[in-house]
Amino acid sequence: MSIEPETAARVAKLARIKVAPEALPALAAEFNTILGFIEQLNEVDVEGIEPMTSVTPMRLKRRADVVNDGDRQAQILKNAPDAREGFFAVPKVVE
Amino acid sequence: MSDLTRLTLAEARDKLRARDVSSVELTEACLTEIKGAGALNAFVHHTPETALAQARAADARLAQGDAPAMCGLPIGVKDLFCTKGVPSQAASRILEGFLPEYESTVTQQLFDAGTVMLGKLNMDEFAMGSSNETSAYGNVINPWKVDGRELTPGGSSGGSAAAVAADLCLAATGTDTGGSIRQPAAFTGIVGIKPTYGRCSRWGIVAFASSLDQAGPMTKTVRDAAIMLGAMCGHDPKDSTSADLAVPDFEAMLTGDIRGKVIGIPREYRMEGMPAEIEKLWADGTDMLKAAGAEIREISLPHTKYALPAYYVIAPAEASSNLARYDGVRYGHRAKISQGDGITEMYEKTRAEGFGHEVQRRVMVGTYVLSAGFYDAYYNRARKVRALIKRDFDEVFASGIDAILTPATPSAAFGLGEMKDADPVEMYLNDVFTVTVNLAGLPGIAVPAGMDSQGLPLGLQLIGRPWEEGDLLNTAYALEQAAGFVAKPDKWW
Repeated sequence: MSIEPETAARVAKLARIKVAPEALPALAAEFNTILGFIEQLNEVDVEGIEPMTSVTPMRLKRRADVVNDGDRQAQILKNAPDAREGFFAVPKVVE
Repeated sequence: MSDLTRLTLAEARDKLRARDVSSVELTEACLTEIKGAGALNAFVHHTPETALAQARAADARLAQGDAPAMCGLPIGVKDLFCTKGVPSQAASRILEGFLPEYESTVTQQLFDAGTVMLGKLNMDEFAMGSSNETSAYGNVINPWKVDGRELTPGGSSGGSAAAVAADLCLAATGTDTGGSIRQPAAFTGIVGIKPTYGRCSRWGIVAFASSLDQAGPMTKTVRDAAIMLGAMCGHDPKDSTSADLAVPDFEAMLTGDIRGKVIGIPREYRMEGMPAEIEKLWADGTDMLKAAGAEIREISLPHTKYALPAYYVIAPAEASSNLARYDGVRYGHRAKISQGDGITEMYEKTRAEGFGHEVQRRVMVGTYVLSAGFYDAYYNRARKVRALIKRDFDEVFASGIDAILTPATPSAAFGLGEMKDADPVEMYLNDVFTVTVNLAGLPGIAVPAGMDSQGLPLGLQLIGRPWEEGDLLNTAYALEQAAGFVAKPDKWW
């Protein structure tokens, strides 16, 4: 399977990364190299094998379902590029 | 070079406890070395005031006789660890200016034990790279040189490896997703261990591929690795994948006695086109373990060949999800937007400006393999192959193998810029011997074992049973004793 520049553009859009139209053919070529390498996986017989979900056979710990943290508005906003009146500020999202 | 900075953790600890030297003296000696080593570009954020305050506090503890093993020992910390109030940007532009409001569990545990942090260490951006050439801070230079050529220290923990090899600090933290501790350790002639998945808490470490990432120590000796690993690991309720298991005294397990241990030599690791020097190193290492009383057995790990392709589906898939958080809203860089731009344009411009080329490529590959219509063909298939790779190891260990010996890397350190025109897959081949260990969640350690004909260090890798880092470290200790690697790079920086 070969990736066309249009597919590369679609993937870039899904990944929310702006890619200039003139850079798309080179990007598509890189994807093709990497995916060509990955295609080797098709040689493996995976019949009846479950996809791995956890590398160590143990149950994940669960904590009690209670509030155990909070009241950290200032700390949470401290690194925001644009914070106003206790909120993260972003460009207009609703017309 | 200051004699104090050349000390191992174990030697420095003993001198501190004997009051032959103070932590402030050790720390000042390291800070002086760091100041003179700008050419290596290993330390990228300096924290001398904090370091000296920590050293004074450690000296006070030592005076009271309350001194855990790491108390007063100055180390460097990879930029991937969030350190409270200290820049922690994973060598990425997108986290420029980010000052964490919290401390990673691993660094907190080290500080609780009295460890001194000298500063933050360079690395590949978001730990994605094998040569430290993807860093927003620029390349790290390997302290080992050949004919004046600048070499890579490896990656992604390249700054950690260079700093330890150049005696700028006594040890450093690293992280390893596909070989990022073991490959740079091998390229710089130091020891690096990636523990079993779940040994070290991942909380507060900038995530790359969460099912593969593990922290570990990078040190001058195996004994130091045992000492520092003990301080780094342990159960943490803040990481649900962290194992609730007791941490043994790893150092106490270093007897050097490996008589009767069974060492597996996997035939699939004898790659086509493997340099003769690597073959010889591997054969020499095998002989050393045999001479130390171990039984050598040839083994088969039939799915080895598929580890790299499986990794280059799983790791980018997880990265594309983990790195979705860098959107210019909550922290880090936000692009300037133009009139009429909405939030989508802000995301797209921010991520295009903030992420370097390799990170963008991996995020997009991950996005592709997870996208509708390809999820089963790529992602699920890769996870099935991963299950088979783990099964290969399970079967070998069940047959009585205690540890597996392999080369750590397919070559010695290569020149910076040498891989510039190579396609991305060629760079990925650096991890061919290490990546299986992450996919199977096992502990693996790189030990310096010899030199190539140019006079560059080469490393061997030992792979152990899950949770048996103590036994693995002991086998590594026996190998270290037998190999007797003591070479240091000539100081040119």
